[in-house]
Amino acid sequence: MPSRRLERLRRVINLCRAVEEGVDPFSVDVGSLLSTLREIFPELKNPEELCLDVEAVDGVSSIVKRQGDWVKSRSTTLYRDPFLLIDKLRRLGREALAEMFLEVWRPVVELEQITPHSLEVALRYWGGLAPLSERWRREEAEAAAEAGEFRVLTEDFEEELEALWAELRERAADKPIDYWDFVVAETYEKTIRRAYITSFLITYGYAKLEVYPLEERMQLRALRKPRPRVEGGCMMSIPIPISFEEWRRRVAEGKP
Amino acid sequence: MPRVSRRGVYVRKARRAAHLLFFKRHRKPGASASELKRALGPDYRKALEILDRQLRELDLRVREVEEPSVEGEGRSRFYITLRGTLTPTEAKYCGWRIDDLAGLAASILFITARGGKAPRKEVEALLEEKLPGWRVKAGLMRYIRAGYLGEDEQGNLYLDWRTWAEVDQKALVDLLMKHEE
Repeated sequence: MPSRRLERLRRVINLCRAVEEGVDPFSVDVGSLLSTLREIFPELKNPEELCLDVEAVDGVSSIVKRQGDWVKSRSTTLYRDPFLLIDKLRRLGREALAEMFLEVWRPVVELEQITPHSLEVALRYWGGLAPLSERWRREEAEAAAEAGEFRVLTEDFEEELEALWAELRERAADKPIDYWDFVVAETYEKTIRRAYITSFLITYGYAKLEVYPLEERMQLRALRKPRPRVEGGCMMSIPIPISFEEWRRRVAEGKP
Repeated sequence: MPRVSRRGVYVRKARRAAHLLFFKRHRKPGASASELKRALGPDYRKALEILDRQLRELDLRVREVEEPSVEGEGRSRFYITLRGTLTPTEAKYCGWRIDDLAGLAASILFITARGGKAPRKEVEALLEEKLPGWRVKAGLMRYIRAGYLGEDEQGNLYLDWRTWAEVDQKALVDLLMKHEE
């Protein structure tokens, strides 16, 4: 009966596919599969049956190949039970592992030197390099442009310094002003800028910073005339951290 | 041809072989069998034998390595390697700390146990059992850059050319299996 023959062929093919998908190739009796195919073959008539027979034979041969590969892999000198190997590896200390490695490690001896490729790259670079006189002209122009920018920056800075000194003189005309009251502005960036310029006012003698550590208070006093630095006098640096959180807290407290 | 002259030819060939093997000309050091054959002639192995005898005095040797290629066909490459072993102190002077060596040994053994290829994440997890994470990442980068390990597009690590050239993998596995705790 043709349908029964087809069914048997399909069963052989499915079994071969299962092995391809990971089933142990030794769990299949290849001999019995071949005798089944041999038994069916004389009864096969139409092309569909013959095609299925070819597919089944191909599947069986792939099982034999997998069995061969398995034997080959297990018989190599490097094969060890992976679980045992990894377990041993996990239990071994760093020192023991390093010493073990040193016993089997034979580092290659090699000398680095210029290669034809690096010579080629160097030649390309040399070819594209402008003469020194031209490069100097370019560098001088760039330096001049940078100096111009710097001058603008310096002039702006002096203006800012003057403006802040005037503001301090006005706000601290009668009595000293709290450092934070003076420095804190509506944005964090502005606050940092004001603190930065204030530090110059203090350093250059335009203002005086009074620190009361026990009360955790700092006051700024404006000086009418810049006080020159006393020769041999002692200068002291006071770091004042201004974090974003600090600024937010002071703004929330109503300062400025 | 007189005997002395014949010997002289091989000595010259051995010198030329030393140049080819010591000086790095490509990405990898050493020279392939075909390069040596082209430069020294079909009897290049005889020249390498002479060079190997001369290097013995310096605790070095000519080593032939059968490298597996992508197509599965092995190709011979020759290197000059250390004949003996390095002490831990010598290795440290060469820039290899105990942690680096242990990490490399563990990676090679793990990949070998997995049949020559293992996902990078699994290798990292194994190393992180004993080494800090940042050292594991830096170590793997170093092993890959040096050519001990390679990484494919699927994120699997495999043993690269330098491991085949420098490490006796079978002896390493044997040492691990025989190690008494």
